[in-house]
Formats: sequence, C-alpha cells, structure tokens
Amino acid sequence: MTAQNLTTVEVRMLRAESRKRALQDSWTLWKRNPVTIAGTLIILSLILIAMVAPWLATHDPFDQILADRLFPPSLDYWFGTDNLGRDIYSRVIHGSRLTLMIAFVVALISGPIGLVVGVLSGYLGGMVDEVLMRLSDIFLAFPKLILAIAFAAALEPGLTNAIIAISIANWPSYARLVRAETLAVRNSDYIDAVRILGAGHLRIMIYHLTPMCLSTLIVRVSLDMGTIILIAAGLGFLGLGAQPPAPEWGLMVSDGRNYLVDQWWVSTIPGIAILVVVLGFNLVGDGLRDILDPHQRQS
Amino acid sequence: MSSVDSNPSSLLEVKDLHVYFPIRGGVMRRQLHTVKAVSGVSLNLAQGEVLGLVGESGCGKTTLGRALVGLAPMTSGRVFFNAKELHHKNGKSSNHAMKMQLIFQDPYSSLHPRKQVRDLVGEGLLINGLARVEELDEKVLDILEKVGLGVDHLYRYPHEFSGGQRQRISLARALILKPELIILDEPTSALDVSVQAQILNMLKGLQKEYNLTYLFISHDLSVVRYMSRRIGVMYLGNLVEIGPTRSVFENPKHPYTHSLLSALPSIKKGKRKERMILKGDPPTPIDPPPGCPFADRCSNTQEKCRIEKPVLEPLKKESSQLVACFFQNENVL
Ligand SMILES: Nc1ncnc2c1ncn2[C@@H]1O[C@H](COP(=O)(O)OP(=O)(O)OP(=O)(O)O)[C@@H](O)[C@H]1O
Ligand SMILES: [Mg+2]
Repeated sequence: MTAQNLTTVEVRMLRAESRKRALQDSWTLWKRNPVTIAGTLIILSLILIAMVAPWLATHDPFDQILADRLFPPSLDYWFGTDNLGRDIYSRVIHGSRLTLMIAFVVALISGPIGLVVGVLSGYLGGMVDEVLMRLSDIFLAFPKLILAIAFAAALEPGLTNAIIAISIANWPSYARLVRAETLAVRNSDYIDAVRILGAGHLRIMIYHLTPMCLSTLIVRVSLDMGTIILIAAGLGFLGLGAQPPAPEWGLMVSDGRNYLVDQWWVSTIPGIAILVVVLGFNLVGDGLRDILDPHQRQS
Repeated sequence: MSSVDSNPSSLLEVKDLHVYFPIRGGVMRRQLHTVKAVSGVSLNLAQGEVLGLVGESGCGKTTLGRALVGLAPMTSGRVFFNAKELHHKNGKSSNHAMKMQLIFQDPYSSLHPRKQVRDLVGEGLLINGLARVEELDEKVLDILEKVGLGVDHLYRYPHEFSGGQRQRISLARALILKPELIILDEPTSALDVSVQAQILNMLKGLQKEYNLTYLFISHDLSVVRYMSRRIGVMYLGNLVEIGPTRSVFENPKHPYTHSLLSALPSIKKGKRKERMILKGDPPTPIDPPPGCPFADRCSNTQEKCRIEKPVLEPLKKESSQLVACFFQNENVL
C-alpha cells in the first residue's frame, strides 16, 4: 500500500480503530477492579440523582410543616423531618446538586491554576520557580480547611465565596504535584527530541509537558473531591458556606446537631450522604490511577 | 561568524570543541569541579560520508553528539555546518540545525509515551511549517514506509512497539525533515542481535539512497567497521586517532586504539596479535590533569606526556590517518 491511495476514509477508519482500542483498554482495566466499579457506580448514580432530583423528591425541600417537626423516618417521610418540619429525604436528594456543583467547580478552578503554575515553575525554573513556589509554600503551611475558613470568613459568607475560598486553598498542592512531574520529564530524551526538531518553549510546555502531568493531576483531583466536599460541608456547618434554607448537606448536619441524641436522623442522614459520596470519589480516583497510567496498558 | 574560516568541502566541521559541565555544591553552590566531557575535539565530515566514533563508556561520545545539536553547552570551539557557523541558544536549536538530527541511544525513552506515531513523526513538519495538519497522515506514511513500518502503525502509541520498531519511528521522525547529517548515538546497542542487523542494514540502505551523512557513535567495533569508511577513536574527551577504517584496524598507531583492537579476535590468520591489557583504573573526566589523556595507562609514558597534550597529526605527510601521540612512529605495536 502506498501513500497515494490512502484515502480520507481509510484514515478516518484507522483513527476510529485506535480510539476503539484505547477505549477497550480502559474498559479492561476498569473491569479488572471491583473497587473501581463500585466507586464509578456511586458517582454515576449521584450524577443521575442530581439530574432528576425534582422527580425523585417526594416533598418540596423548602416546605416547612411545623406540625410535622422532627418526625422519625416513616412511610410518609422516608428519612424523617428536621426541626422545621422539612422532609429530609427530599432535601438530601436536592442537596446532591449543590454538592456536585461545588466539587466540580472547585476542581475546574483550582486544577487548571495548579497545572499552569506547576508547569511554568518546573519548566522555567530560576526566579519564576522561586517566586511561585514560595507563594505556594505560604498556602501549604496551613491546613486546607483552616485556609478555606479564613478566606471564606474574609469574604462575605455564601456559596460562591465558599467555592472561591476552597479553590484558593486547593491550587497550591496541585502546583507542587505538577511541578514535580514537570521536573521529572523536563530533561527526558523525548523532550530533547522535540527540541532538536525546533520546538519552542511554549510548544514544549503545552503539547509535551502538560499531557504528561495531566493524568497525575486528574487522579489527584478526583481523590481530592472527597476533601473538597468535606470542606464545603465544614464551611456550611460553620455558616460560612451555603446559607439557610439551602439543602446543603453540611448545613443540614449543622442544623441537626442540637437534636443528635433524641432525633439522630436529622444529622446522621446527610452525614451518611457525605460519607458515601466521599468514598465514591476516592474509589474512582484509585481506579483512574491504573487506567490513566500508560504502562499499565502494556500488560 | 564568517564562513571564511570553514572548509567548503565538508558538511560538518568541528574545531577544537570543548564541553565542560560544572559540578556545584557546598556553600553558595560554588563550582567544585569541572567535568571535561569533551576537551578539544576537531573533525571534518564530508557530504555523504559515514564516520564511526568509538571509545569506552564515559569518554564523551554522547556529549559530543548532543553538543552538535545544541542539547549540551559548547564551552568553547566552533562548529560549521554547511559552511555556516552554528550558534545554539540555551536549549533551543538554531534554525539551520534542523538539517542535523540525532537518534538517541535508548528507544524506550526517546518517544513521548502519550503520543501516537503520526504525531511523533509529523511533529517536525508542523513545528517548521512544512505541512498542514490535513497532509500529515500522507507525509508521515510516506516516511514510515521508508523505515519498514506501515499504515497500521500510524495511530498506535509507543508502548505498542518493540525496541527495534521504536528506533524505526525515531528514524522516521528525523528523516521527515530531510536532514543532511544524522548523528546516531549507539542506535542499536539496546536491541537484540538479530534486530540490530536489520536496523544496521536499513541505516546503510537509507544512507545510500539519500546520500546521508552519518556520525555513527558506538562502542561496538564490529558494528562500526561494518557501517563506516572512516573511524575516530575517543579517549577521555579527546579524539586520539582518526582515519580510514581499514588502515586504523590494520595499523593502529595510538596505544589506546591498539589496546581496543587487541581485544577483538583477529580475522587474519597467522597474524596473531598480542593481547594488550590496559593497566590502571578507568579514567574519569573530572578535573583531568594536563598532558596526554592516556598518560596514566600507557605503557610508553614519558615525561613529555605528563606536561603537554599531543595534537592530532597526520601519520606521514598526506596521510589520511591522524594520531595524537608524541611517539606515534616509535610505537612498534
Ligand atoms: N549533564 C552532565 N552533567 C555532568 N556531567 C555529565 C553530564 N553529561 C555527561 N556528563 C559526564 O560526561 C562524561 C561523558 O559522558 P557521555 O555520556 O558523553 O559518555 P559516552 O561516551 O556517551 O558513554 P556511553 O558509552 O556510556 O554512552 C561522563 O563522565 C559523564 O558523567
Ligand atoms: Mg553515550
């Protein structure tokens, strides 16, 4: 076969085939690990629940029926009611939207910032590296939760500001991770090889270093989703995150803390929801580590 | 700067090239030592020629090759390519150096693990604006066929290939820019013997077909003898002998070349060579003493050898074999 009769149809076929092969490999690696399957199912169901929340809910999550305050779980109120007589089941279902939104928005803000800062720092080195890394050191000196609380308290309490605060607390650890990865591959033969071809610094950073850092970062971010959700819940609990009457899980745990002994369900049900989601993201993160590692595909 | 200094008949001309690496440490990252990886190499390569470069591990072969393409810093010396002087800015090859390509020793580390063959091989064209993205498939396939790969390989990742196939991909990546000079840094040393032969034959075929010029680095003397008309011998950052492969093999004049060759089984019957074992430790290029680099291990070291460094000189007038030894004519070897 010569290049002359290489038609676009053929090329398209080859490309499709290679994509299929890549998907098959991922599928095999995914299937191999029951833990990953469990995690994926948890996250997928959560996304599904969030999408069809209005149809799943049995009550209006904001509807206060003061006569039905603090009812235990029953056929009418599946997970009981809270101190204002709101249906906890419906609130947890609606709360999944808030939780997912917070987790993904924070990941989408802090991940790219960490990526850019890390690649610049690791590749350029020198003063740029020094300045960027000292800056991230300042952030890393404090626990993430404390930092997020500080920023959230400095800004106006509210959901948007909570997201901003968590993102600010989050990016430095990603920058560190990406920088380490960049340092490891910056002087490798395959980077030198494209230098000889005439590639400039920008091209090397964007097309060659970024793809190498991306999979490590994605794994880390997915493992961090749990922490992000916990911090968001913590901010909600402290009144610095989502504001009442939003059905945010952390806020709901906080609402129920006065009734923990006699009406355990008010705090415990949203607490379990947090637990399950955090667990799901962690399991998926572990599985992604295997799936995204090109060396795993050799076997 | 001017091209007047260069010999117009040669494609590559290296003049007294030095590559030093500082070793820093201690307080304030002071420079403690200097690694003289290449210390004063001069050589010429004519268009279409294959020059073999041999020498033991650590003698600076790779560093020389990397310096030529701009991956190692040139401390001093001048390099002319196509009669134009090369200036490498930190880490980025100068423009006309595109016509000079390097094949790395390790086929497993020289291909980006997350890129498909099409992108690996076609990258040079895109960088230099020599092809549009739509044309890439066809142009890459053309080159792949030259190195014995085919359309099935276009959209595969490096981990799906064997070592020999990976070297073919590396070669395709270099060839697609239509280079004039290819520096091959032990291109087959990481491969099985059977695969080695295939790759060597392919390299030879490509060289003839495109009238390519090779700087063929190896520590395997039989490979170099098979590949190259001319051979250079390096020792501790210095070129100690260079000349036509035949005359160097039959009539080595530098004591180091002699000891290298004496380790080979002789092909000629009757002419039994005396095995010469090197004494002393393998040398390091860290802060080497002045004088001849081989002085510590030579059997014929004299006072002069410790003070002055011998330069490469023709054996006789008009001889194409050059030797860097004060006593080249006395070495009855
Ligand atoms: N970046 C560097 N920094 C410091 N020293 C270096 C560097 N690169 C090479 N060297 C040193 O320079 C010397 C020559 O190394 P080089 O890799 O060129 O040898 P070589 O002849 O290619 O050996 P081999 O046959 O093992 O590949 C070695 O002593 C090595 O330690
Ligand atoms: Mg080497």
